[in-house]
Amino acid sequence: MTQVSITVNGTEYERDVEPRMLLAHFLREELGLTGTNIGCDTSQCGSCTVLLDDVAVKSCTVLAVQADGSSVTTIEGLASDGKLHPVQNAFWEKHGLQCGFCTPGMIITVVDLLKNNPHPTDEEIRRGLDGNICRCTGYENIVRAVKYAADAMPEEA
Amino acid sequence: MSKYVGTSMKRREDPRFIQGRGSYVANLKLPNMAYLAIKRSPYAHAKIKSINTSKAKKLPGVVGVFTGEDTSDVGMLPSGWNVPGIKVPANRVLQTDKVRHVGDRVAMVVAENPYIAQDALDLIEVDYEPLPAVVDAKKTTESGAPQLHDDVPNNISYTWALGNKEECDKAFAEADKVVELDLVNQRLIATAIEPRAAVAQWDQFKEEMTLWTTSQNPNLTRVVLSAFMLGIPEHKLRLISPDVGGGFGSKIPTYPEEALVPWAARKVGRPVKWVSSRSEAAMSDTQGRDHVTQAKLALKNDGTITGLYVATWANNGAYISLVASLIPTAFYITLLSGLYKIPGIYGDVWGTLTNTVWVDAYRGAGRPEAAYVVERLVDAAARELNMDPVEIRRKNFIPAGEFPYQTPVALQYDSGNYAGVMDKALELSGYSALRAAQAEARKEGRLVGIGIGACIEASGPVPSKVAGALGGVTGFWESGGLRVHATGKVTALTGAHTHGQGHETTFAQIVADELGISMEDIDIVHGDTAVITNGMGTYGSRSTSVGGSALVRSAEKVRAKMMKIAAHQLEAPLEELVYDKEQGKVYVKGVPSKAKAFGELAFAAYTAHNLPEGLEPGLEEDTYYDPANFTYPNSVHIAQVEIDRDTGEVTIQKYVAVDDVGKVINPLIVEGQVTGGVAQGVGQALWEHGNYDESGQLISANLLEYAMPHAHHFPPLETGRTETPSPHNPLGVKGVGEMGTIASTPTIVNAVMDALAPLGIKHLDMPLTPEKIWRAMQSAK
Repeated sequence: MTQVSITVNGTEYERDVEPRMLLAHFLREELGLTGTNIGCDTSQCGSCTVLLDDVAVKSCTVLAVQADGSSVTTIEGLASDGKLHPVQNAFWEKHGLQCGFCTPGMIITVVDLLKNNPHPTDEEIRRGLDGNICRCTGYENIVRAVKYAADAMPEEA
Repeated sequence: MSKYVGTSMKRREDPRFIQGRGSYVANLKLPNMAYLAIKRSPYAHAKIKSINTSKAKKLPGVVGVFTGEDTSDVGMLPSGWNVPGIKVPANRVLQTDKVRHVGDRVAMVVAENPYIAQDALDLIEVDYEPLPAVVDAKKTTESGAPQLHDDVPNNISYTWALGNKEECDKAFAEADKVVELDLVNQRLIATAIEPRAAVAQWDQFKEEMTLWTTSQNPNLTRVVLSAFMLGIPEHKLRLISPDVGGGFGSKIPTYPEEALVPWAARKVGRPVKWVSSRSEAAMSDTQGRDHVTQAKLALKNDGTITGLYVATWANNGAYISLVASLIPTAFYITLLSGLYKIPGIYGDVWGTLTNTVWVDAYRGAGRPEAAYVVERLVDAAARELNMDPVEIRRKNFIPAGEFPYQTPVALQYDSGNYAGVMDKALELSGYSALRAAQAEARKEGRLVGIGIGACIEASGPVPSKVAGALGGVTGFWESGGLRVHATGKVTALTGAHTHGQGHETTFAQIVADELGISMEDIDIVHGDTAVITNGMGTYGSRSTSVGGSALVRSAEKVRAKMMKIAAHQLEAPLEELVYDKEQGKVYVKGVPSKAKAFGELAFAAYTAHNLPEGLEPGLEEDTYYDPANFTYPNSVHIAQVEIDRDTGEVTIQKYVAVDDVGKVINPLIVEGQVTGGVAQGVGQALWEHGNYDESGQLISANLLEYAMPHAHHFPPLETGRTETPSPHNPLGVKGVGEMGTIASTPTIVNAVMDALAPLGIKHLDMPLTPEKIWRAMQSAK
């Protein structure tokens, strides 16, 4: 067992973990943050995407021990003061989800995408979503949600 | 006028999903829970000579290791749809004598955590004697093919035929032109993004089992588990399917794991959890399609279609899954008339077994296979007759004035205006301009193609009597109950199940309008057999037309009882009262002030201080709605593609979907269903393939190898609608879940073949991968 200290959604957690434990399992099993879903075993689907030190990563491809000393934001940590993040709201407004299983990872990916490119073109949005698979929506309403969110988000000073 | 029905409304279920609070089965954690893992066969076909579990049992943290000998008290996985003469081979939850596909089950481990359970799997020693395997739907019937089951000679589980043979033969004898195609409708893997999961908890004192499972139809699964497999009486078995992350048919069947997990929970006396990995899903979830077909179309020189004959070998995999034999029979041959008036149609089907994962319903289930045959043939005929693909379709459409229309393959179509759907699709796509641009592109040597798919679906299965006559073991009604509370709030219970479809929103829209109250006052409850006594679940685009109609009927009963109470309290004759669905009140005709509001009447029903003589207190109504007929959504989709001459890669440049799904409850959700369906059907046309090699190894057993559609594969998907209400249900709805998938597959294939036409390439089988197209282009040079 190895001791790790990981800050998740602003709270620091210390845990003893097996070296082989995935970050996705750490979040779900150790911390009960089950919003991070697991949809595949080859890092294709992107359902488990979280922000690791503000960069979107697939948490099934990171070991918990690798995240030692880092800061993680999961879907549960995105809303603040009871207010939805603009990307969350955009997915709701534009019907960007159906079964909801890929949605947490999809939303986190879009947060990262818009941080790096606040006003993406359609092509940039579609390429930016390439690491995330949705079986329900045909992506159409997800693309619309990203545009809606981009318009709604405050410009960085 | 309705307040909610017909209005785009944001979904009420979304806040929990967008904040990571969905209640998926895999999220469940119970005190003292143990974890189950399944040892699966690496061989497609092998004798099990011995299984040694002793090393696995000794691993610290292992609670128990079990084989098929231990689970011999569990019943066989049953067939729930038995076409006449079907041979259903034995299928144990854990196999004891032979394994018949990669992923077949031989043993299971229960351990303290999932990691230990996986470690223990590696310590189970299975001695196999590998046998020759067969994977092809047709070759499996040939002499010398490996035999899967002793009691299924030639690997043919069932045969089926339907149509007016004489008329069909006559059409071919008298045809000016006969167009023939050999078609392979390849194996697909449904790939709902949530892998299946199950958690079971046994209460030894009450002798009650609770099973949380990822099912599209928990009530139906409960009946199967209780009556055929677990021996736990139905009233002592509770199934909960909470939020389910997509199904697409793969979560309809009753699965071995749904029996093994509760069996293990009782055995070890602890809650037990199993969660499938993606690779495990690829080799254990039921798969879709997999037809080998020879088809021919008879025509007159002017393009009039006179006959259609189809012979199909349908691959069922190694065993018969729950409704497997329905899919290539009554959901396939019956749809071969498409949108067309065809005097003679006949189809023969061989339902075969191979050393592959079992096959069952996958989005569309039989109907996409039928649409693909019809639309590829019609397109090929247009090319041979040098007709525009629009013109040949128009010429043969069933005219709007001829409904109800009886096809030669048993179905009676309800309503439609197919030419109207075509007009709208042509207009939205700018069809003439597309053709002009294509002509220009061709002059430049570019491979641009335009494809059309004009398709029908039989939705809302199934009138129970029809199901019984065709082989269904059960009925196909749906339940819908309303519990009006004393405070005027309403709990609506439905046997349908939402796993992405948005029933919590659309069903509330329906009930609110029927009762004239606010949506906020209505809760939709589904997926828990402790609350929903009986139900049939969600598949076949049936939820709204069958499940929604059940709720409409229950609302009628609620209104009727409220009218009786109002008549008594307002001292007016019943026939002089009006139920105002706008305001949610009952008033005396011509005297609107003499009224009782919904809330007052609900309260009165429960105080029971002043009810008419003989009227029971309470206000709860239930309905079992049995559909009078299928409904028939229809569509015309148009796509423009371009093929890269150097790489063979297909780019979709434009996609227009026009669908007539009858009356629409929530346009936002309907459009989402269409675009999602389109992407799934395009996936089949271009990329997806559940691919087995000759030895039966599943090559595409994870998402690295199984090519799923991604966002960048698509242009903006444009949608349009026409609205022809179905006369068969009180809502006038036809169903929208599968139409997009059905139409988009032939639309894209037709577009690609149109692009390749200048090279003289007439047909390629799906998926139309760059490599396949590139090779065809090289051979055509």
